[in-house]
Order: sequence, then structure tokens, then C-alpha cells
Amino acid sequence: MMTPGARPAPGPLALGAVLVVALVLPLLLKNFVVFQLTLVMIYSIAILGLNLLTGFNGQFSLGHSAFYAIGAYTAAILMDRWDVAYYWTLPVAGLACFGFGFLFGLPALRLEGIYLALATFALALATPQILKSSPLEPFTGGVQGIVILKPDPPPGLPLNADQWLYYFTLAVLLVLFAGARNLVRGRTGRAMLAIREHPVAARLMGINTALYKSLTFGVSALYTGIAGALGAIAVQFVAPDSFTFLLSVSLLVGLVVGGVGSIAGSVVGGLFILFVPNIAEQVSKGLAGAVYGLILLLVIYLMPSGAAGFARLLWSRVVRRTHAPTVTEGRIP
Amino acid sequence: MLLAVRDLRAFYGETQALHGIDFGLDAGAITVLLGANGAGKTTTLRALCGMIRIAGEVEFEGRSLRGLATEDIVRLGIAHVPEGRGTFTDLMVDENLRLGAITRRDGPDIASDIDRVYDMFPQLYERRLQQAGTLSGGEQQMLAVGRALMLRPKLLLLDEPSFGLAPMLVEELFETLRRINQETGVAILLVEQNVTLALDLAQHAYLLETGRIVVAAPSRKIRDDETVRRSYLGY
Amino acid sequence: MELLLHQILAGLATGGIYACMALAVVMIYQAIGNFNFAQGEMATFSTFIAWQLLQWGVPFWLAFLGAAVAAFLGGIAIERVLFKPLHRAPPLSHLVAFIALFAILNSLAGFIWDFNLKTFPSPFGSRPLLGSGLISTHDAGMIGLTVLLLALLYAFFRYTRVGLAMRAAAAHPVSARLVGIRVGWMMALGWGMAAAIGAVAGMMIAPVVFLEPNMMLGILLYGFAGAVVGGLTSPGGAVAGGFAVGVIENLAGTFIPFIGRELKLTIALVLIVGVLMVRPSGLFGRPVVSRV
Repeated sequence: MMTPGARPAPGPLALGAVLVVALVLPLLLKNFVVFQLTLVMIYSIAILGLNLLTGFNGQFSLGHSAFYAIGAYTAAILMDRWDVAYYWTLPVAGLACFGFGFLFGLPALRLEGIYLALATFALALATPQILKSSPLEPFTGGVQGIVILKPDPPPGLPLNADQWLYYFTLAVLLVLFAGARNLVRGRTGRAMLAIREHPVAARLMGINTALYKSLTFGVSALYTGIAGALGAIAVQFVAPDSFTFLLSVSLLVGLVVGGVGSIAGSVVGGLFILFVPNIAEQVSKGLAGAVYGLILLLVIYLMPSGAAGFARLLWSRVVRRTHAPTVTEGRIP
Repeated sequence: MLLAVRDLRAFYGETQALHGIDFGLDAGAITVLLGANGAGKTTTLRALCGMIRIAGEVEFEGRSLRGLATEDIVRLGIAHVPEGRGTFTDLMVDENLRLGAITRRDGPDIASDIDRVYDMFPQLYERRLQQAGTLSGGEQQMLAVGRALMLRPKLLLLDEPSFGLAPMLVEELFETLRRINQETGVAILLVEQNVTLALDLAQHAYLLETGRIVVAAPSRKIRDDETVRRSYLGY
Repeated sequence: MELLLHQILAGLATGGIYACMALAVVMIYQAIGNFNFAQGEMATFSTFIAWQLLQWGVPFWLAFLGAAVAAFLGGIAIERVLFKPLHRAPPLSHLVAFIALFAILNSLAGFIWDFNLKTFPSPFGSRPLLGSGLISTHDAGMIGLTVLLLALLYAFFRYTRVGLAMRAAAAHPVSARLVGIRVGWMMALGWGMAAAIGAVAGMMIAPVVFLEPNMMLGILLYGFAGAVVGGLTSPGGAVAGGFAVGVIENLAGTFIPFIGRELKLTIALVLIVGVLMVRPSGLFGRPVVSRV
């Protein structure tokens, strides 16, 4: 008999199977679909960044489009102005975003919940304007943005550019996801969870909440920034209006759909935000937004803990049988 | 029987706090629930008001209360003064009293009821335009009782009304409760740690221990019977 | 000196828009303890309803009333149908629900009424006020209406039974239940009122910025800024905050060289973040103490 609360994990076997499929797919699919899957992975990394902040540390952000933009522009400027190789842009973008994130996190510490959401909302709205502004134009290319070239695969490999980018992104994703897993399971992760659950108690236990909160912001921004850099490389183009508040909203939607606090769920989130808007448009061109909204509502009603929560629920139903006593639900105040 | 409770079980999440208690209350009667901390006294009051998950039967004036929302149970005529008194601290004293009658429609009677509460508790009248959160503990208790009475309830539930009050104030409060019961005929179900005063006021007493009723008797009997007193109440 | 005065007055004029929106924002915050990010869309949708009524020949103030009533009922319906089931859901679910609402309303509005700019008449006319070019009759009318709304709201909350019940339900929902208040319906009422106020804001703003489905997004941010600056617990403060945001935005845009037109929105950002840092409860609000 299972002890209540114990849930056996689907295990490394399922993970291995997914990995094999992921490795084989680009060889079987059309270039455009490979490109789309690359974008899915990029969004997943961005969502994971947001997850680290919101899911594990309980801080809200509606402003991650800003960090994605910073990462994207960093990569574009390095590649276009200074001929830096594409793979070096990733760590630079990551570090730059870590810096910005940490600096934003410092004052943002003082804000809680909805106030933080509001401040980050303002950040997201301001970003395109700042990118278009005249003082920064020599760097950012103003409204027109910057165009960059897709990287070639290393000589000798029988892959085309899209396929190479896919594998490159996959490798980065695996490294980053493993990193996130270690972070969450280690001492840092436990500290982050403690801060989320009960900030005052955490502080009394000696956890330097201020430092951890800022660090978490920094790491979260780092992840999303790297995703931004990859995004710039994949799309071959950056412009201010690609990084509006709508991107932040998409990332948040991806987070909730995948499951807050679930690393694997970030991939489901990525799949959702790339493909579902297209599906909505196919259902009804004129009412695409309304269809999308309805799908979103269905998701939060039927799967309140996201895809990850739903999967867990299914798994526990399969594994154990429950006996419910006849009780009446009182209203819990 | 005004209130009839049969095999009442109550749960906080997965934890069961009441393990099937039975008791009853007649109209106009005063009953006290005694017991140590954690015995389930507050839980019982919460269970009666639909504030937590329950199983079993609860009937008020012959009507089942199962599945009803707290606000609907209140509208049937049950006023509950919880632990912490439930004062609307941001609002004025007068507004707190008006809120007690918010479900009533008889305007002129509401006004005269407010006057009666002020007669009963003159200190409240002095502070009627003050923010309720600035009142002392004793005054907030009076306000809470006054607010509950504004409902013109048939049953008054009081959770540790003596809590945090100086002994003289407690005696005054209990005297007021006796008067209210005599004048309006409202039934009172009291949870109390102050055993002596409670047994003086109430006609009937139940002793709870870890979610079960272990003694049920007229309060006179418990007061006078040394063995019961010694073994369960410790004095 | 004259330029300063000019800009202040112009700032007050645009500030009137923000003040109106800020009032709606604070109203919903008081009712549900949360920001409604779809509030702009709800206001826009209501304004479209008014426009449609006007197209059908309904006289202005009747259309105005009709749109406000429709918004009121719509707000109640949205709360009961959409948000009641989410009562126990985590806060992020609420956020996504707002996003979904936004998407649905925006898309519906575009579908029914298309994305072309439409003119919306002002009941106050748009002649210069008292002959000066600084402030128009519409601006003055808008400010007047906002102040009137504020006064009505104050009277409602202070002197009516329902107003008292709503205040009690918002501040102490558990205690409110214990006096028999149907807290859920009080929230629905709050939503309805906020939606109606939003509709009024929309109908005041549309004559100035032209009616189209995306009319409100930037203005919503300014509304939030005004509400935050003034204080989320104070409707009067929110209105004052809205005016303040309008004036500051205008003055900064005119007198600080590198800001110009491009970074006006950034001003709102700086304002919001700045106030939140220094005084989270805003200029007129009361600090919210959280229990350990």
C-alpha cells in the first residue's frame, strides 16, 4: 500500500525516450518545422528563467521580455558590429542579463506580489521605447533594428544550417536544464523555497533573503537572456517591436500552462506558446484572439497546476486507488 | 430542540479534529463547552457555522445546516463571536454595530436596537465614531457582543469571551450575558476556559477532550460533584 | 513662465484621462485586492457599445447610460462566471485569466467593429475653454465628470448600507460572512462598479485619442501609475495621482531635453517604480501591514 503523498516518478526511462526522439526528429522533418522546434526550445529556456523566479522564489515578473530583448540585442550587436562568433555571444548575453537582473532585483526586493508585477509590467512596456530612442540608436539600429546571418554548421557535419542550430540549441537547453535542476535541489533551491513559503521565517533562520532574491532575479534574467540571444540567432533579426509586453505575457502563459515550479513543464509551455496561437488562427482568422483566450481559460480551469500538475495527477491515479469518506465541504474562510 | 448535533465530525484538511460528538440545545438555554486547549471547542463552533469541512448531522430549528455557506447559516439566526472577536478594525464603532444588522430590513427597529446596545455598554457610545481597532480589549469584546446582538439572533455562539479581560470586566460581561438571555430569550452556546463563572451562568455543560465529549451534565451537577470536578477539571 | 503654465494646464487636461482611469483601477483593487489588467479592454468594449448605440440614432446621454449599465452588468457577469471558479486557484491563474479576458475582448471588438479609427463625439464640445487655447471644454467637462464620480462614490461608500457591506467584505471577508454578508456577491458588485467607471473613462477618452480596439493600453499604464502614486487605498488619492502623472509627464517631456516624445511612457515607469520604492502606500494611501 502506498503511503499517502508518495509518488513514484516516471523515471529516467521516460526522459531517455524523449531525448532519443528529440535527437532524431530534425533528420525526419522539413526545415521549417525544425526551425519551429528550435524556437520551442528557445522559449522553453526563457520560460525556465521565469520559472526560477516565480515558481521557485515566488516573485512575480511581467517584465522578462526586457531581459530577452537585452540578450537578443547583445548577441546581434556582437555579431554584427564586432564579428563575434555566435557561440561566444551566449555567455556574454547571459552575463549582461545577470547583471541587469541582479541590479533590477536589488531595489525590486522591497516590492511584493502585485506591486512587483506592476513595476515589471512598466519595465516591459518601456523597453521597446528605450530601444527605439535616439541616444541608443547608433547601437540598436533604432526602429529598423539589426539583421544578422544564420551561422553555418561546422565543416564536415552532414547537416544544414537549420538542423545544426537545432542541435546547438538542444545542447544548450540540456546544459541549462541540468543546471536549473541542480540549483533547485541544492541548498540554494531550498533557500529559495523557504523564502517563497514564509519570507519572515526564512530571514529568522539566517537566510540572507535580500541576497538570494537578487541572485534569483539575476539567474532568472540570465536564462531568459541566453534564450534571447539564441532567439536572435535563430530569427536572424532584432527590432524593438519584437520585444513588447506581449512577449512577457506569452512567457507567463507558457509558465502557467507548463506548470509553475516544474522544470520539464517549461517545454510544454514552449510548445503551447508557439503552436497554439497558430491553431487559434486556423480555427477562426477574425477571432483568433478570442479562441486563444478561451483555450487559456480551459487550461486554467481544467489544469490549475499546469501540464505538470495534470501529469502528476494522472500518474497518481494510475498508481494508487483512493478511498474518499463521505464528507461535506465547508467553506474554508 | 433548537440545535441538534449528531455524530459531528470535523476536519482541517486531512486532519480530523472532532470524532463524532452529540449534543443539543434548547431555545433560551445557556450551554457551555469546556475543555483544555486543543480539545475541539473552537472547532465545534466553527463546524456549526460552516467554516470547516464536516460530516454528520447538524440541525437548527429542524433544518439541516450541512452544505450551507457561513453567511446563509448566519441569516438563519445564528450569531458567532469568534476568537479574535471579528471586529471590523478599520471601520467606526457605530459602523460595526450597523454591520451586525446588515441583513435586517426593519430600519426603525435597527436604530432602537443600536440605542439599546449603547445603553448596555455606555463606553461604546462614547467611542461610537472612533475606529474600532483603537478600542481596548474589553471594549472590543463588548462591541463584538453588541454586534452579534444586532442580528437579533436565536442562538449566540461565543468563543472565549473572557479572553484577555480583567477579572472585574469578565464578571460584568457574564452578568450582561445573563441579562440578555433573560430579556431576549436568546440561546447561548459558550466556549470558556473560565470554568467557575461559566458553570454559574450556564444550565448545561459539556466537557470536550481531544475531539470527543467525555462529560455531559447539568452544570450544577458538575460544580457540586467533587469526583467529576477533580478528575476532569482538576480542582 | 507662460510656457510652464501652458504645460501644467495641458498636463492637467491629459491628467484628467489618467485620473479617470486611475479611479477605475483603485475601485477594482478595493473590490478584489488585485489589479485587473483587462480593465482597459473592458472600457474600450463598453465605449464601442456606446458608439454602436450612437450609430443607431440613440441620443448621447442615453447611449452613455446604456453603455455604463451594460458595463456594470458585464462586470458582474464576468466575476461570477469567470472568476468565481478561480476563487481557490493560485494567483498566477488569476493573472492568466485576466490575460485571457484581454485577448477575448480585444479580438471580439476588432471582429465586430474592425480596427479602423473611429471618431467619438464629446458631449462637452471641443471648443477652447473661456477663449484660451490651453484647455478645451471637453477637457474641463472630463475633469468635472471625474470629480463628480468621485463624490458619488464617496457618498455611496460612506452613507449607504450596500457601500458599508462592500467595505466590510473587502477588508474583513471572514467577519463579513459572520454578519451574513454574501461576500461573493459584494465582489461581483465591485467588479460591476469598476467596469461602469471604466466605461465612463473610455467614453471620456475616446473623443481625444480616437476609438479603436487598442485604444487603452498605454493609458492603462498611466492609470496604474496614477493609482500607485496616489495610493491604492484612496480613490481621491488616485484621482490626484492621475492628474499629477499628467502634469509631470508633460513637464518632463517639455523641459528635460533627452526625453521628448519618445520616452514619455518611460516616465510612467520611473514614477511607478520610484513611488513604490519610497512610499509603497502612495501619497494618500494607508500602509498595508502584513501579519507575520
